[in-house]
Amino acid sequence: MSMLRPRAEALAEPLPPLLARARHLAAGVVLGEHGRRRPGLGDAFWQFRPAQPGDPARAIDWRRSARSDQHFVQEKEWQAAQAVMFWVDRAASMQFTSAKGGETKAARAALIALASAVLLVNGGERVGLTDMDAPPMRGSLQLERIATALSAEASQDYGAPRTATLPRHSRAVFLSDFLGPLDPLEAALTTAADRGVGGALVQVLDPAEEAFPFDGRTVFHSVGGSLEYETRQAADLRPRYMDRLAARKARLADLARQTGWQYHLHHTSDPPTVALLWLYRALEGRI
Amino acid sequence: MFTLGPVGFTAPWLLLGLLALPVLWWLLRAVPPAPMRRAFPAVTLLLGLEDRDHDTDRTPWWLLLLRMLALAAMILGFAGPVLNPDTRAPGAGPLVVLLDDSWAAASDWRARIAAVTQALDGAQNAGRPVAVLRVSQPPAPGELPLRAAGDAAGALPGISPRPWTSSHEAALGWAQGLDTAVETLWLSDGLASEGRAALARVLAALGPVTVLEPPAPRYGLTPARIANGLVTLTALRSRPSAADAVTVIGYGPDPAGIERELVRAGLDFSAGAGSASIELSLPPELRNRITRFQIEDVRAAGAVTLADDSLRRRKVALVEASAGREALELLSPLYYLRKALAPTAEVLEGPLTDLIAAGPDVVILADVASLAPADADALQRWVAEGGLLLRFAGPRLAAADTGRGEDDPLLPVRLRVGGRTVGGAMSWGAPRRLAAFDEASPFYGLAIPDDVTVTSQVLAEPGPELAARTIAALADGTPLVTRKPLGDGQLVLVHTTANAEWSTLPLSGLFVQMLERLAVSTRAGSPDRDELAGTTWIPDQLIDGFGTLKDAGNRPGLSGEALAGPPGPNLRPGLYRSEARRIAVNVLGPEAELAPAAWPAGLSPEWTDERVERDLSGWLLLGALALLAFDLIASLALSGRLARAAGTTPALLALGMVLALPTPAPAQTEGGIDPAILSAADNVTLAYVITGDPSVDRVSLAGLKGLSDQIFMRSSVEPSAPVGLDLENAELAVYPLLYWPVIADQPAPSAKAYARLNGYLRAGGMILFDTRDADIAGFGSGVTPEGTRLRSLARPLDIPPLEPIPEDHVLTRTFYLLGDFPGRHAGHEVWVEAAPPDAERVEGMPFRNLNDGVTPVIIGGNDWAAAWAVDDSGQPMFPVGRGYAGERQREMAYRFGVNLVMYVLTGNYKSDQVHVPALLERLGQ
Repeated sequence: MSMLRPRAEALAEPLPPLLARARHLAAGVVLGEHGRRRPGLGDAFWQFRPAQPGDPARAIDWRRSARSDQHFVQEKEWQAAQAVMFWVDRAASMQFTSAKGGETKAARAALIALASAVLLVNGGERVGLTDMDAPPMRGSLQLERIATALSAEASQDYGAPRTATLPRHSRAVFLSDFLGPLDPLEAALTTAADRGVGGALVQVLDPAEEAFPFDGRTVFHSVGGSLEYETRQAADLRPRYMDRLAARKARLADLARQTGWQYHLHHTSDPPTVALLWLYRALEGRI
Repeated sequence: MFTLGPVGFTAPWLLLGLLALPVLWWLLRAVPPAPMRRAFPAVTLLLGLEDRDHDTDRTPWWLLLLRMLALAAMILGFAGPVLNPDTRAPGAGPLVVLLDDSWAAASDWRARIAAVTQALDGAQNAGRPVAVLRVSQPPAPGELPLRAAGDAAGALPGISPRPWTSSHEAALGWAQGLDTAVETLWLSDGLASEGRAALARVLAALGPVTVLEPPAPRYGLTPARIANGLVTLTALRSRPSAADAVTVIGYGPDPAGIERELVRAGLDFSAGAGSASIELSLPPELRNRITRFQIEDVRAAGAVTLADDSLRRRKVALVEASAGREALELLSPLYYLRKALAPTAEVLEGPLTDLIAAGPDVVILADVASLAPADADALQRWVAEGGLLLRFAGPRLAAADTGRGEDDPLLPVRLRVGGRTVGGAMSWGAPRRLAAFDEASPFYGLAIPDDVTVTSQVLAEPGPELAARTIAALADGTPLVTRKPLGDGQLVLVHTTANAEWSTLPLSGLFVQMLERLAVSTRAGSPDRDELAGTTWIPDQLIDGFGTLKDAGNRPGLSGEALAGPPGPNLRPGLYRSEARRIAVNVLGPEAELAPAAWPAGLSPEWTDERVERDLSGWLLLGALALLAFDLIASLALSGRLARAAGTTPALLALGMVLALPTPAPAQTEGGIDPAILSAADNVTLAYVITGDPSVDRVSLAGLKGLSDQIFMRSSVEPSAPVGLDLENAELAVYPLLYWPVIADQPAPSAKAYARLNGYLRAGGMILFDTRDADIAGFGSGVTPEGTRLRSLARPLDIPPLEPIPEDHVLTRTFYLLGDFPGRHAGHEVWVEAAPPDAERVEGMPFRNLNDGVTPVIIGGNDWAAAWAVDDSGQPMFPVGRGYAGERQREMAYRFGVNLVMYVLTGNYKSDQVHVPALLERLGQ
């Protein structure tokens, strides 16, 4: 995992810094250094405007007003930073890869998450992991913390997102294969929606999970070994498996739509740039 | 051993394992194939799904059958199955294998060795000691060199048959000294031999004797004889039973010196006859070339007979001083020579020039004093090329000046004036007799009859080398026969006459023998001991036991007496040489007979050819392995592991593609003409040489296209689209002009391509070499890489001396009047064939008279193609110069191109304009 950060940096290199869209202007007010090209709270000068009735007298910029007959109010540029929380599933099921020596789903998910985090930090946003107890923060040190946390593996077979640390009106990205029970996810999404947290679901799947290229008598077991299923004719199961997988995807997309999230399916056989680009646009709020 | 039909088993109790097969069948059938465990995160989606059928619950019957078969093959294989088992009770005690290793055993030697190997295998299994003995080399009497059977079997491949007939006397002596009980296996060659029956009796007294003898008859070939111009071949066989036929082939070098089959003749043995003969009438030229006769398909030394001088007829040319003289025939100098040579040589007579043209082996000049200079020169050349010139003296030679005081090139010694006569009516002294021949003389060993006397002779001038050149002398020491080498041949002078005028030598048998020794004549049949006395013969080629001729290498020479004996270890059959003569020592003499071996009562030879004991276990185990391998693949396929195995599918695909590879479609029919050549021959087509550099080739094509367009517009020449030529295989003749851009790393064409380029230039083609380097260093200095390359490329071409284009060259005025020949670069010299040095300018004419010689090459570095090049829309591809001056330069480049093509097409036609003033002047009158 020591290569995760350099790889993520390399992956993020061609993209400009990412400014996560801040929807709830009044809330989530944490001053950031990044101007948002509109008047608001901040340190940098934005514009003078004629004073209007209702403006407090101390808001009038006397130095400017003295040069003319009108009163002017100095406005500052709004500088706010959005918080983006990542949940990267690191359960045993994510440690699976069908190709010998290929990239596991966990590695791919961590790569995409960290690359987005790099872009966000470059944009001055605060990032964090839902399973880190600390609040989202900015800076290179935070990236290092995230990279370290992403290299740890979870022991359970299928993961579930934690929502306790989600700040209000922040953004969230969940990366997982979503093959485990869906109830925890549903609960988490509902909670997030309640807190005004929008975000993106990125489902990372292995090509083998998509194609089911198995044959003959086979015992399938989950990576952690908690589940086992035996069949005598694996090939015979393929169409029914496909149906179930499609249903699972449809359910995820449905859940996302209901809670105002976005859903994306990514395969480890595809280049990670595809997912990163989608995520970039999703977080910018253009999708 | 347990026998089942033709198969026996060495370990039959293992066959009980076959009983376990049904049990195994039941067991395997009950156990389904093991499932494969796979980690699969999406197992959550599978939970609850039901299998629809239970097909793979059990192993399919055919796979079970396969496994059963593999198991059965293994059990059978380990049970030691043997086909055609040898059921004879194995003997005990030492085993002696006696090998008849004469030539007669060679034809089926492999089968004999196989039989011995089998016997040795049996002995090894029984742990018996073995002695393998060869009849030609028995051990000392009483000795028995016993070895382990495996050890003896290892030495078998080193034993080969001997190329002579060996008797069993020595082996009999050995066996008589033997006192231990032995069992004997005797591989007989099937020919009658001295001591064979006695040896068999002695061995039978020591223990059981088995005689193995192949029933096929032995064939032999006696030396070919020649009589009345017919070659007689006689083949022998050892069993005169039913009618039979063999084919005899004569081999020899063809005119190119390669050994070929020259004659083929079928010989029919009638029933009951032991020999068959045929008479062949062969042209002398063919007969002289035959080196050996051989019975087809019989590989044995006795089935080969070598041809030597006895089969050869030498061509002897006889030349007499003046034919039409009026004298008695008996006094003719050639009479005795004709008599002596007629039976053994081809005698040619006629004018000397005709005779030499006929290529004789020997030319005999009988009392010829002087020859016409042309004849003498021709004769001298002929001798130097390896001929033998034999001269006889006589009254004319004695009277003439030939060889007096100076060396005559056609006489071995200088002669003294006159001669001498002894023992005549007018002289004192008795006729001289011959002295015994010196050891160095080719006549050494010939007996000199008492009645040979010499009364007159020509005398040799004494000199330092006279003694060395004398090969026969009179009793008083005066030379009688002298010899001198000349080139590859030799000159021999007999100092007396060829008729009986001066000597009685021609009347004696010695005369004929001397001619033979000089290789003038050859003798029919093999020479006897007396004739060979005193000679030394060096082996040239020797026959091995299988009848193959091999180079003898460095072997010591043999005396002629030894050569007369029968072949044996000391006289190996083969071809022996002494100076120019060759004698063949053949395995079978002319009187040889082949008789079948006679065995004492109670011994009968046997031969088991078809019932060879064969161990089957290897094959069965191999089959079992193959079945198991197939079972492996089938099991993998059944459990779904095969298709996933990485790399299998591509490999199978590749295999399938290799198998399905279509045979290459036949190339273009040979009779058809390439349509490109047809169209180029139909219309003027400019061509360029493909250099292999795509950018250069593209510019060449575009340049010639631009030039073709301009020529089309400006003149009545309407060229087709230009083509690129690969020098290695393109037909050049149809293209009038070849544009050859030179690049620095261009590979040189092959020698064949150069030959065709030279043919192209000679036939009127023209090559425009363009180094494209602006000629920065000047032509010929070779400083630019292109210039250097051009020099090496053009070196093999037929290029005349060159000069820079002179002012009055035809190229300057074939269409436009030009002073310069620019391309992309301007102002550099362009080189053409130099004008002849005697070209002069006629008074009043603007040009020199340079009518002849259209230059085959034009060499420059102005990069013309780039200036001519246009793209598809007709726009120039490359800028030339700057602005208007540049366009002017491009125009000039086009004009040069037009002039060039006109020059190529019309030759020096424009040069004829020099005569116009003269013609006009004449018309005016």
